[in-house]
Amino acid sequence: MTDQTEQHATSAAPAASSATKPSTKVLGLGPKDFKLMFLVVVLTMAAPFLLNPFPEGSAMAQFNAGYPDLMQRFVIFGIFAIGFNILFGLTGYLSFGHAAFLGVGSYAGIWMMKLLTMNVIPAIVVSVAVAGLFALVVGYISLRRSGIYFSILTLAFAQMSYSLAYSVLTPITGGETGLQPKVADPRILDGALEAGASPRANLFGLEMGAGFEWEVGNWLFTFNAGYYVAAVVMLVAFYLSIRIFRSPFGMMLRAVKSNQQRLSYTGLSPKPYTLAAFVISGMYAGLAGGLLVAMDTQVGAERMFWTASGEVVLMTILGGAGTLIGPVLGAGLIKYMENILSKINKDILHEWFFFLPDGFENLMVALVYPFIGKGWHLTLGIIFMLVVIFLPGGLVEGGQKIAGLFKRGKDADASKTTPAE
Amino acid sequence: MEAIILQILNGLDKGSAYALIAMGLTLIFGTLGVVNFAHGALFMVGAFCAVTLSRILTLSHEVVDPTRTDFLGNPLKIDVPYAYDWFGQATGDAIIDWAVPLSILFAVPVMIIMGVVMERGLIKHFYKRPHADQILVTFGLAIVLQEVIKYFYGANPIPTPAPQAFASSMDMGAALGFEAGQIIYPIWRLVYFVFAAIVIGCVFAFLQFTTFGMVVRAGMADRETVGLLGINIDKRFTIMFGIAAAVAGLAGVMYTPITSPNYHMGMDFLVLSFVVVVVGGMGSLPGAVLAGFLLGVIEAFASLPQVLDVLPGLNQIIIFLVAIVILLTRPRGLMGRKGVMEE
Repeated sequence: MTDQTEQHATSAAPAASSATKPSTKVLGLGPKDFKLMFLVVVLTMAAPFLLNPFPEGSAMAQFNAGYPDLMQRFVIFGIFAIGFNILFGLTGYLSFGHAAFLGVGSYAGIWMMKLLTMNVIPAIVVSVAVAGLFALVVGYISLRRSGIYFSILTLAFAQMSYSLAYSVLTPITGGETGLQPKVADPRILDGALEAGASPRANLFGLEMGAGFEWEVGNWLFTFNAGYYVAAVVMLVAFYLSIRIFRSPFGMMLRAVKSNQQRLSYTGLSPKPYTLAAFVISGMYAGLAGGLLVAMDTQVGAERMFWTASGEVVLMTILGGAGTLIGPVLGAGLIKYMENILSKINKDILHEWFFFLPDGFENLMVALVYPFIGKGWHLTLGIIFMLVVIFLPGGLVEGGQKIAGLFKRGKDADASKTTPAE
Repeated sequence: MEAIILQILNGLDKGSAYALIAMGLTLIFGTLGVVNFAHGALFMVGAFCAVTLSRILTLSHEVVDPTRTDFLGNPLKIDVPYAYDWFGQATGDAIIDWAVPLSILFAVPVMIIMGVVMERGLIKHFYKRPHADQILVTFGLAIVLQEVIKYFYGANPIPTPAPQAFASSMDMGAALGFEAGQIIYPIWRLVYFVFAAIVIGCVFAFLQFTTFGMVVRAGMADRETVGLLGINIDKRFTIMFGIAAAVAGLAGVMYTPITSPNYHMGMDFLVLSFVVVVVGGMGSLPGAVLAGFLLGVIEAFASLPQVLDVLPGLNQIIIFLVAIVILLTRPRGLMGRKGVMEE
């Protein structure tokens, strides 16, 4: 992976120098980054259309992902993965305990909702701050070691937080049952609830669950307030991550990854940089945690379990560690598979293979069945292994390779530059 | 005194499992330099070897028993295991009863083959890649193994009892000369500890007293030089991977009566075993074994009610706390070798 980074670094350098010309910079982004950012903005804003390509009631409708709950998860876990990528993609430090920050952020967020107000702004701000502080403590200790030791230390901290949240800290975390806002909570900034009303998360009165549905022909598009709030936050987070990637600070982090020893020979200590990256990525995780709370107003300790930490690693690697857009793609793909693939059952399979003779139909169903429904984790594991083995750069590298095949005829040099980076 | 002995005993069985898994992890790390996140899955596969064998042994066919009738007056159909047909009722019963210990014979070849296939088929290609990639690919493999087992055996724990002779508890207090009735301890856990000690002893003896083991130890110290002497060290390391897999598998087989196996038991043990390896010192076999037992016993002591009254929940986090303290004060772990995993 090291030589790859160097290649990335060298290919990024001319792009960065050309981007310093004031005429080409828009919002502090070079032309290429601006195009990428613009694309992401358009895609996220139009997501309710794009993710609902199949008409209601058709056989393909089950592949529609344009319902609010799933779209919110896309962007929230996108944020989580973007943050993880700032640590792993740039510095190469593999944290196996990132879900702890997400969980801590969630708990902080829900307490703001219980104590202050159901408005999501304080919840999200406090989530980020608390997760950042927690990351500072964990990072300060864990970053004293590197490599596998660092992974184990972060894993140990995360498992500790999980166990504590599950058992001893029950008064604060709600233990097994978790937490949700109750009618009787103080909420000192909100007025008293009307009789019979339940507390709902809102943004200055705009309820997160609110939205309107638009029917065009057979298509039904849902525009959900919560999704757009989360999407705007995600776009800001994405913009910040581009700026971090292109900043001198980002270059320092890449230097940490490619050769720490050489970095210290130049008289620079890598530690403050890695710690800063760790805290930033912890804050991203806290932001994701706060948003999760803002969307479904409940928290449970299982959010911090180490498999959740493993999931964000999967997302980042699957999409492409060290690339800008990769983690978002990975998060989207995994959440899509989790929600859509796991819904398919045997009856649906029988419908699909209906056209085959009976024996073949049953054979095909028997062959495909282990990989869908409850078995979607198996598919995930296999895809993940294939990606790690054959495409260490993730889906983005795959896309570049395919793009390279098409470009080869025109311009050999053009295929070398990386579209995402 | 009785309470202390009881806690030490309580710690020993979990400690044995930690020690066995951690030893396997260390063997793989010390020889091949690979961090194997799928090792917990191997433990789990071992446990399911025991489940499989006990299912095979109890395979039965229906026989109509004309002497008895069911409540409707029809002749009663009873399931008769094939084992009865082949070995007679008494021997058949004994074989079914001893399914778990018998699984050892079944699990060793299965696990060795699996380990060798895993190393040759997958991990071989990852020696030159960074540690992060090795962690990731073995993590992916662990998910796949876990899901395959889940597909065939379902998500629920499958109770697999120990042989009748070991299923009860014994009064350790009386045996050790203390007051009777103070230290009641399940016999199977004692068996597990003795078994673990024997396996650990065998592995150490194998490494210490055979030529093969000597070459492997030399390879662990300096792989290149051993290769230059014209010895095919890769082949030996592959076999060591198989042995490490077998050790993990055996730990799983014998653990089934203590905890009913389910598909994610390996992951739960893996996280703790990694902590054990790191505490013991990366690449040090005695360190892994020592740390395994030590952490098992410490965990048992932290679960004492007297301790939990003062510091509630300590038993949940004590292992991680110890690990953090040790890593920060003795970065190489308790018995770590110099120059291993130091970037």
